Amino acid sequence: MGYLVHSDVDRALMLERIGVPSVDALLRDVPSSLRLPRLNLDRGISELETLNHLRSLAGQNRVFPDRMCFRGGGVYRRFIPAAVAAVTSKPEFYTAYTPYQPEASQGTLQAIFEFQTLIAQLTGMDVSNASLYDGATAVAEAAMMATVQTGRHEVVVAGRLHPEYGEVLRTYAAGRGFVVLEGEESISTTTAAVIFQQPDFFGLLIDAPDLTRRAHEAAALAIACVDPISLALLAPPGEYGADIAVGEGQQLGMSPSFGGPHLGFIACRSELLRRLPGRLVGQGHDDAGRRGFTLTLTAREQHIRREKATSNICTNHSLCALAASVYLTYMGPEGLRQVAEISFVRAHFLAERLASLPGIEMAFPGADFLFEFPLRIENGGDRLQRLSGLGILAGLQVGRWYPELRDVVTFCCTEVNDPGAIDELVAAIGDGRA
Amino acid sequence: MGERYYTQSHEWVLVEGDTATVGITDFAQSQLGDVVFVELPDPGKMVEAGDNFGVIESVKAASDLYCPVSGSVIEANDTLGDNPELVNADPMGRGWLIKVRMNGDPGPGLLDEMGYAALVGGSL
Amino acid sequence: MIESLSFELSRPDFPGPRLPPAGVDSDATIPAHLVRHTAPDLPRLSEPEIMRHYGRLASLNYSISENFYPLGSCTMKYNPVANETAAALEGFASLHPYQEDETVQGALELMWRLEKALCEIVGVDRATLQPAAGAHGEWTALRVIQAYHRDRNEIRDVVIVPDSAHGTNPASAALCGFKVVEVRSAPDGRVDVSDLESKLSGRVAALMLTNPNTLGLFERDILKMADLVHRAGGKLYYDGANLNALMGICRPGDMGFDAVHLNLHKTFTSPHGGGGPGAGPVAVKAELAPYLPRPMVQRTESGFRLDHDRPHSIGRVRSFAGNFLVLVRAYTYIVAMGGDGLTQASLDAVLAANYLRTLVDEVLEVPHPGPCMHEFVASARGLGENGVRALDVAKGFLQRGFYAPTVYFPLIVPEAVMIEPTETESKSTLDAFMAALVEVVALARSDPEQLHQEPNNLPIGRLDEVAAARQPILRWRRVGGPD
Repeated sequence: MGYLVHSDVDRALMLERIGVPSVDALLRDVPSSLRLPRLNLDRGISELETLNHLRSLAGQNRVFPDRMCFRGGGVYRRFIPAAVAAVTSKPEFYTAYTPYQPEASQGTLQAIFEFQTLIAQLTGMDVSNASLYDGATAVAEAAMMATVQTGRHEVVVAGRLHPEYGEVLRTYAAGRGFVVLEGEESISTTTAAVIFQQPDFFGLLIDAPDLTRRAHEAAALAIACVDPISLALLAPPGEYGADIAVGEGQQLGMSPSFGGPHLGFIACRSELLRRLPGRLVGQGHDDAGRRGFTLTLTAREQHIRREKATSNICTNHSLCALAASVYLTYMGPEGLRQVAEISFVRAHFLAERLASLPGIEMAFPGADFLFEFPLRIENGGDRLQRLSGLGILAGLQVGRWYPELRDVVTFCCTEVNDPGAIDELVAAIGDGRA
Repeated sequence: MGERYYTQSHEWVLVEGDTATVGITDFAQSQLGDVVFVELPDPGKMVEAGDNFGVIESVKAASDLYCPVSGSVIEANDTLGDNPELVNADPMGRGWLIKVRMNGDPGPGLLDEMGYAALVGGSL
Repeated sequence: MIESLSFELSRPDFPGPRLPPAGVDSDATIPAHLVRHTAPDLPRLSEPEIMRHYGRLASLNYSISENFYPLGSCTMKYNPVANETAAALEGFASLHPYQEDETVQGALELMWRLEKALCEIVGVDRATLQPAAGAHGEWTALRVIQAYHRDRNEIRDVVIVPDSAHGTNPASAALCGFKVVEVRSAPDGRVDVSDLESKLSGRVAALMLTNPNTLGLFERDILKMADLVHRAGGKLYYDGANLNALMGICRPGDMGFDAVHLNLHKTFTSPHGGGGPGAGPVAVKAELAPYLPRPMVQRTESGFRLDHDRPHSIGRVRSFAGNFLVLVRAYTYIVAMGGDGLTQASLDAVLAANYLRTLVDEVLEVPHPGPCMHEFVASARGLGENGVRALDVAKGFLQRGFYAPTVYFPLIVPEAVMIEPTETESKSTLDAFMAALVEVVALARSDPEQLHQEPNNLPIGRLDEVAAARQPILRWRRVGGPD
């Protein structure tokens, strides 16, 4: 039955050895008033029926081919090399436990050490942790680091941070007792950190070095929330002096997955190392001088500090970090640059063509962008619906978060949207089908 | 030669005139295990008796450090940055943590040598 | 060194992978002051080398697919491969979180059904599937309880936690700004009810408990404790780490728990992934439901939708709907097992734990008399006279091909060794585990020095963790090697 392994004979032998007549005798501490007659769930079924049921549920979802997806908003279709799934589906990686016993976990530990190095290199920072849950919680954790480091209780969000990241930040702030203010004009001597997103939620480029400078003038920390692929083209946070770099790593080898599991990353200057939440993998040696890796600086963590911990996170998204490691190792600096350049060129080409159609214009003319851009579209909602009917997952309406920008729709374009797909999208709108 | 006192949380303080040197006791270091890092305040910081003035970390524990005196920190033991093991090797001497210029009497609630021995006697 | 780092295998002249040309033109540029000037120093490796590198790394790991993990409080049970098949379905993996509700009805239905099933299993009314991990769920549950009290203008700033509790409990409470007060365990290992009574007041927001407790013992006085807490106006929070003992047997909701957190990567077989991702849903009684994170899945006449209109919600605790593919795995397991299968799973888990407890009791001290539920705690302190500690016992198991049990937790048992076999280990595996323990204990008495050297048959021996913490090396650096 299911995945159980004992036959009735096994059970009888164990009961005999224990010296009780039945399992019920072992449950004698459970008050009889609490004993359930049965669980009100369907009975178990065969694997055949189980997977048919799951396929049926999966079949009730619209699958848009990658090349026809132009909707971003923090989750993007990217080319995922076959090597990624080949590695993450190895049972030695995906069924492994947390690497608390280093002798039995060098595979996971070294892969994470490589991940930490990769993220540090990409962001230009000194040190990265072993990953967090997602970009949103990474922003919240960075804000908490800043409040502890500076002793101040306000953080300022400058520019358009992903609205869901902002929501999560406010949920954490309410719990932790710090305040979130909007807009760079709110920077003051009580600011613990200035948080900005590059590119911003609409895909537009901001002046990150300037915001960093303004944060430092107020003796606040600068927290840069960055798109990892953008770092192939843009100066990384380390280069312009940011204190903490965070972001969402989904684009580094993870499918959209209806939002998760994805990958938060956090990296910082070496002075802030001991404030980093979550897991850290460090290098060490055994008695024979062999190099190995181990979880380290664990005294900071919840299971030791208990109520004095800075954060309560005690896990990482290890398998997702492994996917990111494989992706970045496969791409190397050149592959990553190419991915970014192709996306850049195609996004600008798409933007030009869309903006030349009647009823459509750039929402912020003259503003620079990388792979995502905002357009003003008349009857945006209707047109997106018609495009969906034509098999195209077109842009994202931002009105639900920015009611004053009801007609703004953001489109993204990556290396998976080939020129033919771009043509199809433009034609569908241009010839009036959408 | 100054007077040495102890706290319930296993710090010692050596009082010489109005200068107090603070550290953790031999008992404390043996409980902690190998010290890997000590977080100490900057000179100039004001402290009150009973305040948490820093953290001492080993592989398996991180303990808050409580100040036995009130005043201003005049020095933190910088050598512990590269050599935290000094706290294990010589906790009562070279492994000192901070020096404080006191602005009053040490304490309250401090133990003398005998009082502290009795405190740890039960745990040894 | 066993395996080089990818960075060490890299060659500076090795070309990058092939990618298609852009195929279109644009003369757009990036503003000069934002341009990156030095490429990131990522490794340059061929695909065959990459696959070989990760293949070798994989071989350095123990994993549940090969080894028994008797880890107390972790429920390391079999990860069904059918879960992986389900999670890889394109109709799940390719979904963008911002697709219109009408185009993701299957995903929303799965979440809705999973929510219903989890609520039935634990005996409460509604659940959020958003939290990404156990600790995340725990913090979410405490925020919900905090919001509930604040809404009633009650100042409740204290959370009570047993001294036997896992460190996440007080950490999560502190993260919400609560003061943490510990309640003592009685000599029998269970919560000292009179101590609890003395610590309850109008300032207590919640009591956090797990049942069975971290010693694997069922809290016999749970109904009384629930009553005491509720009379004091507090809420009762259930840490779901030990749910594997209870499915189909009894339910936290029926015991009086108001908020229940669950670990889908423990009880519900989503794989651990080397540390994550998991999922930590929070299931609550109706009174607390309005405060759950938004959005929640709602069923209407025209289908399923994500309901954002929840004015009392504490807000979001992460982006998007949750670790969806982890939810898929847990749901697949629940469907396959059914109510009858889940019940038998818990019964077998309790049986296996008591079987091992009976045998372990013959070689190591088991301080609390049985029966236990799904796990039990032994103490290695009897080996102390030979200079052997729980840590050495743990390493002795690694030497013999078993992952080590949990050691030094809970804190109230000296030299604790916590063992949870789960229902998916065969009797012959359990017997082999016992044989290894007998050998380790014998070695502790006859040749403790040898035990201190173990494991010596693994790619690496015991690491100097002190040195690793004193001079942390957390990344590779090119110039002059690691910093």
